[in-house]
Amino acid sequence: MVEKIGVYICHCGTNIARTVDCKAVAGYALGLPNVVVARDYLYTCSDPGQEMIKNDIRESGLTRVVVASCSPLMHETTFRRAVADAGLNPFLFQMANIREQCSWISENRELATTRAKAIVGAAVMRVEFNEPLEVQKVPMNPNVLIVGGGIAGIEAALQIADSGKRVYLVEKEPTIGGYMARFDKTFPTLDCAACILTPKMVSVGQHPNIELLSYSDVTDFSGYVGNFTARIRRRPRYVDEEKCTGCGQCEQKCPLSVLSEFDCGLGKRKAIYRPFPQAVPSTPVIDREHCLFFTKGVCRVCEKFCPRGAINFEQKERFIDVQVGSAIIATGFDLFDASRVKEYGYGKFPNVITSLEFERLTHASGPTVGKIVLKNGRTPESVAVVHCVGSRDNNYNEYCSRVCCMYSLKIAHLVREKTDAKVYEFYIDMRAAGKGYEEFYKRLLREDVTFSRGRVAEITDVAQNSSENGKLIVVAEDTLLSIVKRIPVDMVILSVGLEARRDALQVAHIFRISRSKDGFFLEKHPKLAPVSTAGDGIFIAGSCQGPKDIPDSVAQGAAAAANVLSLIDRKEVELEPTIALIDEDSCSGCKICIGLCPYNAISFDEPSGHAVITGALCKGCGVCVAACPSGAIEQQNFTNRQLTAEVEAICA
Amino acid sequence: MNKAYDRSARLVSRLLNIDLAELDDWNCCGASAYISIHELKAHLLSARNLSIAEKKKKDLVVVCPACFTTLSKTNHYLAEDRKFRRTISTALKSANLEYWGGVKVRHLLDVIVKDIGENEVKSRVKRKLSGLRVAPYYGCQLTRPFGEVDDTQFPMMLDTLLSWIGAQPVSFPLKAKCCGGLLMMTSEEVALGLNKNLLDCAAQNGAECIATICPLCHMNIETYQGDVNKRFGTNFHIPALYFTQLMGLAFGFSRKELGIDEEMVSSRVALEKYLEAAS
Repeated sequence: MVEKIGVYICHCGTNIARTVDCKAVAGYALGLPNVVVARDYLYTCSDPGQEMIKNDIRESGLTRVVVASCSPLMHETTFRRAVADAGLNPFLFQMANIREQCSWISENRELATTRAKAIVGAAVMRVEFNEPLEVQKVPMNPNVLIVGGGIAGIEAALQIADSGKRVYLVEKEPTIGGYMARFDKTFPTLDCAACILTPKMVSVGQHPNIELLSYSDVTDFSGYVGNFTARIRRRPRYVDEEKCTGCGQCEQKCPLSVLSEFDCGLGKRKAIYRPFPQAVPSTPVIDREHCLFFTKGVCRVCEKFCPRGAINFEQKERFIDVQVGSAIIATGFDLFDASRVKEYGYGKFPNVITSLEFERLTHASGPTVGKIVLKNGRTPESVAVVHCVGSRDNNYNEYCSRVCCMYSLKIAHLVREKTDAKVYEFYIDMRAAGKGYEEFYKRLLREDVTFSRGRVAEITDVAQNSSENGKLIVVAEDTLLSIVKRIPVDMVILSVGLEARRDALQVAHIFRISRSKDGFFLEKHPKLAPVSTAGDGIFIAGSCQGPKDIPDSVAQGAAAAANVLSLIDRKEVELEPTIALIDEDSCSGCKICIGLCPYNAISFDEPSGHAVITGALCKGCGVCVAACPSGAIEQQNFTNRQLTAEVEAICA
Repeated sequence: MNKAYDRSARLVSRLLNIDLAELDDWNCCGASAYISIHELKAHLLSARNLSIAEKKKKDLVVVCPACFTTLSKTNHYLAEDRKFRRTISTALKSANLEYWGGVKVRHLLDVIVKDIGENEVKSRVKRKLSGLRVAPYYGCQLTRPFGEVDDTQFPMMLDTLLSWIGAQPVSFPLKAKCCGGLLMMTSEEVALGLNKNLLDCAAQNGAECIATICPLCHMNIETYQGDVNKRFGTNFHIPALYFTQLMGLAFGFSRKELGIDEEMVSSRVALEKYLEAAS
């Protein structure tokens, strides 16, 4: 049978038409073999544009369709659907990209038109060999895995659990709550972080649909959308979660105090501990590195005093497998390590502290019970807040960490509220874009805070005159006055930026997520699919995608939950049929493809002696196709004949 | 005064088996005031030196951090900027020269610390400078802008080397701050202030002398110490010595060979107990 091909050249407004002569390309296409219809159109993706294609299929009996327009990522689905509506198998449609790969990267109209003709010609030659394919459907497991119990993960977990679906919430720390649990007040409303967070934490802990797996992490994640298996490592707490009531006897009696990570090392905790009193779960953990029983084989005081016999020194690490249909990754961020900026003297000068350390200082249940004090116990008379530490700096991170301006203003407010200290804010640009944020900045301008515009060059203790003796001197250019200032202060607070987690690479490997160049997880589309990833059924939320404040993190947690719920409600998921197939007769059983497959989709069938691809696991990446020495593997819709036709057309 | 740097650097290098061969027909690196007025021409001067060095198939070792920075900059720009490379190549060609980017620019301090190393240096020490409190002064150019040699703000290389020869490097927070440089000619007020900060910081940390690696820093500290004292009513007396002079002293060379005693702020008191053994 001779194919009847329809070709449509899209102007995309002026996006394509400005540099490509679309009429000429359509004319060229009409001269190609088997092309019976070729048209150019202003917006082919519009309803009338799609109607035009459907009509041609019905009236001219088209058997193949080529649309030359934007990237398949944008509109392949649109046109496949249109073609299917008119009764044609959607895989008999071929898209040619003459926007991203032609008009947008060309200036010369003549050359761009020639190039567009080549691209269209290749698609026309290829589409002849396109074969009808059927989309497979698989059932959707309604259970959801959420990794990370910060505010984003908590929000997502509650939204999903409230709708009656089962959630496995995995948190690597002994408690959920994330960074927000360590903050004192939240900008710009200054409500207490704990007051708004802990009710949500309690809800998570008590929710019948949430299985909280704290002090745990995901070590392996396999399968495909709708049918994933997560392997979760449960680290031993040495306290039985079932028996423990969280009474806290053990913590009181434990004789050993060590520095508290939760308090940034400013306060102490016991060797058996909960990071903070409202921890969820309230079950403590034994810190094996310090516990006297584990280090010296003595003590066991906690065991003696536990009224429920919940202490169990024999607990071992164990692994559990859970079946889920989708996952939300909300692993958050790490703070920039301020000691990397040597000229700011963090780690050298005791009264140079980070913003998080300040949060613990000013927190009512922190190590100083909320008093802002210097290392010697005195109240500071002057405080400098240094913005953009590790952010907007080509030496460290190029990006703006988004939250620091606002939390720095909050810090200034708290210092002014609790002490008589003079406060200096050293900022580059004041970024207060958010509801109520600019108003908060205005408010601070009236709270007698000195704002100095310009990056701080250094913080030194080398005094140049008597007024600087014994002080920390902040040296900074004031770009509004065009002078260099030296401001002697008692305390310097470094507003450190947000970075991708140090283990983001491992997490990305486990869940097969891409990362942007700054190390944060990459969303599917920065505007239109901000919580989706390239992997179907795997979503991201909160600061693991990029720096975010609490409102944005909560919004993303809820957005990811909505995505997941919409997926679950479809009950089944469609799988792209563009997968690889093995020709059993040609397969020699060499197993090369098995090790190369990044999705563990290929296994070896011993009785028949050849490799087998599990269709649902295959993502159609083509690695095995290229690697097979016998040429026994072919990928649907990317067959040798299709690709050769395409290449030959371009080279002709 | 700078002859002392030249002589001591050659002596120390020879002893450490560093094969230094003077570049034929070398020219100014283009630093000094030139680079701020005619940047391209300054780079061309550097490129000419690089081109001559490439013929020798050796690393280009310099003792002056200003030369080091300018040569390194030219090298970097040539590697990264195609248009710049074309311009420079055309200019070099007119003098029948070419440069393929194969020269590594090194500072002698870097060579001694990283290539020669602790064991070799220590094995050459005949008279440890035990107890000599030295302010290690790097100046502003060795580590900037690239930071390839050491930390840009708080380098440690010279501290390390001083400890190998038995001296005691004191804490010197201003170790990589500007000495005033050429401002001494155009804006003496500013330059004297910067100089005073350095001397003050060295004195407060108990330094008996300042070890330098840069001829310009060295000159400013020495020559203008009297002016600083006059201008600020201070009473500094801190000699400046090139790191190679201190090494030579520890290696047992005589004060005459090393040009010690030629300095304008006498090092006699500071070095008394080591000088006897050395001369």
